[in-house]
Amino acid sequence: MNWNNIIQITVFLVVLILAVKPLGTFMACIYEGRPIGLNVWLGPFERWIYQACGVRSGTGMTWKEYAVALMLFNILGIMVVYAIQRLQAFLPLNPVGMGAVSPASSFNTAVSFATNTNWQGYGGESTMSYLTQMLALTVQNFVSAATGMAVLVALIRGFVQKQTKTLGNFWVDLVRTTLYILVPLSMVLAIVLVSQGTPQAFCASALTTLVQPMKDGAGKPVTEQVIALGPVASQLAIKQLGTNGGGFFNANSAHPYENPTPLANFLEMLSILLIPAALCYTFGFMVKDRRQGWALLAAMLVIFIPCLLWSVQSEQQANHVLAHLGVDQAASAFQPGGNMEGKEARFGIASSSIWSVATAAASNGSVNSMHDSYLPLGGMIPMWLIQLGEVIFGGVGSGLYGLIAFVIVAVFIAGLMIGRTPEYLGKKIEVYEMKMASLVALIPHIFILMPAALAVLMPSGKAGILNPGAHGFSEILYAFTSAAGNNGSAFAGLSANTPFYNIALGLGMFFCRFWLIIPMLAIAGSLSAKKIVPGGVGTLPTHTPLFVVFLAMVILIVGALTFFPALALGPIVEQLILNGV
Amino acid sequence: MFREQIRPAIMIFIVLTVITGGVYPLIVTGMAQVFFHKQANGSLICPGGGQCVGSTLIGQNFDDPKYFWGRLSATTPAYNASASSGSNLGPSNPALAASVKARILVLKAVDPGNQALVPVDLVTASASGLDPHLSLAGVNYQLARVAGLRKLPEAAVRQVVGRNMSGRFLGLLGEPVVNVLKVNLALDGLKPASQP
Repeated sequence: MNWNNIIQITVFLVVLILAVKPLGTFMACIYEGRPIGLNVWLGPFERWIYQACGVRSGTGMTWKEYAVALMLFNILGIMVVYAIQRLQAFLPLNPVGMGAVSPASSFNTAVSFATNTNWQGYGGESTMSYLTQMLALTVQNFVSAATGMAVLVALIRGFVQKQTKTLGNFWVDLVRTTLYILVPLSMVLAIVLVSQGTPQAFCASALTTLVQPMKDGAGKPVTEQVIALGPVASQLAIKQLGTNGGGFFNANSAHPYENPTPLANFLEMLSILLIPAALCYTFGFMVKDRRQGWALLAAMLVIFIPCLLWSVQSEQQANHVLAHLGVDQAASAFQPGGNMEGKEARFGIASSSIWSVATAAASNGSVNSMHDSYLPLGGMIPMWLIQLGEVIFGGVGSGLYGLIAFVIVAVFIAGLMIGRTPEYLGKKIEVYEMKMASLVALIPHIFILMPAALAVLMPSGKAGILNPGAHGFSEILYAFTSAAGNNGSAFAGLSANTPFYNIALGLGMFFCRFWLIIPMLAIAGSLSAKKIVPGGVGTLPTHTPLFVVFLAMVILIVGALTFFPALALGPIVEQLILNGV
Repeated sequence: MFREQIRPAIMIFIVLTVITGGVYPLIVTGMAQVFFHKQANGSLICPGGGQCVGSTLIGQNFDDPKYFWGRLSATTPAYNASASSGSNLGPSNPALAASVKARILVLKAVDPGNQALVPVDLVTASASGLDPHLSLAGVNYQLARVAGLRKLPEAAVRQVVGRNMSGRFLGLLGEPVVNVLKVNLALDGLKPASQP
């Protein structure tokens, strides 16, 4: 850890926290329908959409109706993305002439983008036509993010309303999120990224002459470089803002076109956490007690900041194996030093490690360095953050509703300690809520550990491994962790574009998205029907530092205890072996 | 409950597809092409408006000793700008140590007199396989070799390097780096001194 590392971490955190209040307020106004510039100006257009689509925007939906609308919309999305990939060879905007994507890969990608995971079994620039990237993938980047935020808003209404059956209208929440929040922010970010060097063009690849001709692996001379281009910036912006993470190019945000400069890197990294952090404030604003929002954000930071420090510190270390070969890995004014395999020179250690922690915490899953090449303990941090349930920031909307499930668990445990019916924000937490919250907390665990255990037993699971030994196990564990957390990052050495992994991971992503959304909506419906009980002397205050630490501990105990044995077999044993060299 | 949501589901899907998959990327493309034409088309380097020789953001493979070499690239062939990829080798993988060792041997073979430790980014693969940059340490390590082979004073080469360097953003973010392709292009444009 050197001074510049600390400065980069500090600048990142300060700018992030400064953005929370303005954006959080803006989003709350959008959802509450208060006039705030954009929604006045575009209001007639919004109303025209409802009219044209047959949406009765004034009518609320019960939680079951909300869930049905959401599932219909998302399954339709999966089918359309699947169809476009299978048919892209016959569709326009395919200047490079990409063929049809295989059925298993198309299924995986369709589920992946519709569930806000954006796991990529394919290489973007060598698989997808421009039409597929825009009309299938970019669209899902927006609407999957908007779906998560809609569920969160429905849940917040559950706390705010009393004795009401309905949770608002899914179509209205979906359209408002897309139209007023995601599209405007993306547009601004996309233009800034283009100014830094991210391409946005519809021409085919550029053909350039190499300065120094070279020979390829077979000894044939190579004199030209074919540079893949495309409408990159527009997809990139929402990929970061919507915690999607699916890159235009195979190398994702490490590709110099996706992430050209340190400034671009900083803004993209900020965009990863921007909406999840600001939604905490939106929550506080809408439940009319902003301290509650700040407390949730604080609980996230209590876990996030140590992970940041740990990761940067870990990657700044030398790899002992390379030190023996006469490699200079010490940080100096002339080089970042540390573990540079799989990292870009312009990002060095700090900007790469901060990104890896942010992208894992936020269920984003884009990478600007290859997590597979991290030192064992550095690579363990992202994996573990996903295993905590994607509630430390988490996906847009999904992170915060997941965290609220943990809050319910936490107040329940606290209630047991003092023998009182637990309550949160004036709503009694009873058996039904507790059952649903437990489902949300535990379903991802099942979908990580069981398939990972199966994969290491099956030849088709083991076939994908790149790195030998304990690291190979980490690759498989990370893959199922990423799918279940709807994250999308990978230990990318694993060859996951096979029927086995495409289908197994696809199912994991699907169930861990919608099997959590439905219980959360059930909680929202149940809470909404309850009375609001005024707090008394026996009420546990949920905005105090005590509660923040208590909540963080509940998350840590649930996550850490479940996964410690698996992590011990992967990254922990690998670090011990490396130390012994 | 189910049937009455089918029409809104299909219609909203179509409207949002048009907005986010059509209108939005087209507006961004229009603005990008007007305001940032060069960047939007890949920041290509086309001397005199003729045949392009590369992009300032995409590295190229150099293994001729009179050029500065960049990062190792895990793509096939190296620096394949249509199939970006990292090596994904884990820290304990013997293949990583072997690849580093091989690179060190080649570097020593073209510069036998150089006894310094080799900077880490010169012997490791970048994440994208297209990294156009190298740290100052990586450039300094090769400076004497390149200057010697080109019969140029070291100070002149150092000047070229300095012109193609970018610092941290605001002195805080990222790392100071040298653009290897730009330096090599600039060196090709220099005349060697008549007598060394």
